[in-house]
Amino acid sequence: MNNALSIQGLRKVYSNGHEALKDISLDVEQGDFFALLGPNGAGKSTTLGIVSSLVGKTSGCVKIFDYDIDTDIVKAKMQLGVVPQEFNFNQFEKVFDIVVTQAGYYGIPADEAKRSAEKYLKKLRLWDKRDVASRLLSGGMKRRLMIARALVHEPRILLLDEPTAGVDIELRRSMWEFMKELNEQQGTTIILTTHYLEEAESLCRNIAIIDQGSILANTSKKELLSNLHSETFVLDLAQPLISPPLLPGFVSRVNREGGLEVDIPQGQSINMLFSILSQSGIDVVSIRARANRLEELFVRMVEEGK
Amino acid sequence: MGPYRTLIAFQTIVVREIRRFMRIWVQTLLPPAITMALYFVVFGNLIGPRIGEMDGHRYMDFIVPGLIMMSVITNSYSNVVSSFFGMKFQKSIEELVVSPVPNWVILTGYVAGGVTRGLAVGAIVTALSLGFTDLQVHNALVMVAVVLLTAILFSLGGFINAMFATKFDDISIVPTFILTPLTYLGGVFYSISMLPEFWQTVSKVNPILYMVNTFRYGILGVTDIDVGFAFTMIIGFTVLLFGYSLHLLNKGKGIRS
Ligand SMILES: Nc1ncnc2c1ncn2[C@@H]1O[C@H](COP(=O)(O)OP(=O)(O)OP(=O)(O)O)[C@@H](O)[C@H]1O
Ligand SMILES: [Mg+2]
Repeated sequence: MNNALSIQGLRKVYSNGHEALKDISLDVEQGDFFALLGPNGAGKSTTLGIVSSLVGKTSGCVKIFDYDIDTDIVKAKMQLGVVPQEFNFNQFEKVFDIVVTQAGYYGIPADEAKRSAEKYLKKLRLWDKRDVASRLLSGGMKRRLMIARALVHEPRILLLDEPTAGVDIELRRSMWEFMKELNEQQGTTIILTTHYLEEAESLCRNIAIIDQGSILANTSKKELLSNLHSETFVLDLAQPLISPPLLPGFVSRVNREGGLEVDIPQGQSINMLFSILSQSGIDVVSIRARANRLEELFVRMVEEGK
Repeated sequence: MGPYRTLIAFQTIVVREIRRFMRIWVQTLLPPAITMALYFVVFGNLIGPRIGEMDGHRYMDFIVPGLIMMSVITNSYSNVVSSFFGMKFQKSIEELVVSPVPNWVILTGYVAGGVTRGLAVGAIVTALSLGFTDLQVHNALVMVAVVLLTAILFSLGGFINAMFATKFDDISIVPTFILTPLTYLGGVFYSISMLPEFWQTVSKVNPILYMVNTFRYGILGVTDIDVGFAFTMIIGFTVLLFGYSLHLLNKGKGIRS
């Protein structure tokens, strides 16, 4: 078996009686870049929490590189680096101390811990902040500090719970680059949850969609996208339209700019569309596929799941 | 984790704990020094001569061991309770929960931190007391053993308090309503032989009495109670609280949902 993470029949009922996970099963291969997508309250953090021992499970089985968290917890924990959703460091400790201390918890001797802390603080561009108390960092810096701290013992799996929440676009891109590099060059298996669907689309190979404590889909991104029954194209027109023209066989609508959005069922020829358009005297200036196809899929699956 | 890695993890926790109380020395080391210096001046120097002798010793000499013990008790307890609750409150306890450090190492690490602060303050207070009295040590072994065990016991107490605490009020309730009264009534300022028979019996239910008396025995050689019995009791309680703390940690009380 080459699974970095294997979850079987996992259930979680919180002490207030809320059932946050209803029997989920999930496998993540070694070296994968995996996204767990789902709306607020779907159970993403609960899932990562159970894997990282922050949350106790009600029933089910979790294995990390074949180490069962019920029987081999120390070895299981050794494989993991955890970046939680909410900031969780001591406000008064200095950046460098936080990272070095974390290495110490994994039994890494002081010199090695310091070297590793320096390496990751530099990679995450926090080295010049090393002597600053963590509460004085900006939100984006705090996120990066959590990543440096999670990596200091060089784990084989990195769990990230919404790593780019509240991070500006430029920083988000550079964090993406960093994660890609980590995955490709060090072979670290990366599992993240996100609300930015673009993030999952541009980074991940495999995706699971979770809603209300159940997995709705778990497959490769390609497969998931090919499940799209239709794609939406946006046509920019020479003359803005007010109402949609008659386009037999196509579903269309006028967007805010007066352009045309047309849903094209998979496999259908687009020639037909253009011939109708030119017959109706509509002049198309440019055409593009609408971004965030995953988003559409996601919304649709969640709708269908209800 | 092998023994070497386990030792490093333990060391890491202790170093972090020491760094914490040193960083905030104005809140941790300075106040007991000032309070105890005031006790020495007011009770020992000003009022003491009017009180006369207590158990055959100058009043100042009599209260010094009790006051040292009082500072060890309060500081061991409050170090662990504030540090551990602070970690829970800031969620930085999660750093330890996700790591492979075994629970008994977490517990002994915090206790070692509390003991270090207790002993550090004990040493400061002892040094201050030398300005008011010359300490003659009657039995060094008893003195060291009891102060160490007491620091361990109250560090464990602070740990349990922190595990149950859900808000800041919860960490001051025990010190204010239990610890302080028991200490004041634990023979720090008087010999229980002064009390009527009935109150002597009642006093003997107070565990702090045994610690203060044993420590005073180590220095002055006088005691109201049996030292052997005191040790048995302190060790018994320590084992009990250690087991209970570990049980709470294993359950993840107040840490894991
Ligand atoms: N400690 C808790 N006690 C009780 N219920 C909880 C607890 N933590 C989470 N829940 C509930 O469990 C469900 C799943 O929460 P979870 O945090 O896993 O969602 P999520 O997918 O991470 O959401 P988000 O995207 O908002 O972070 C929610 O309904 C939440 O209210
Ligand atoms: Mg979440």
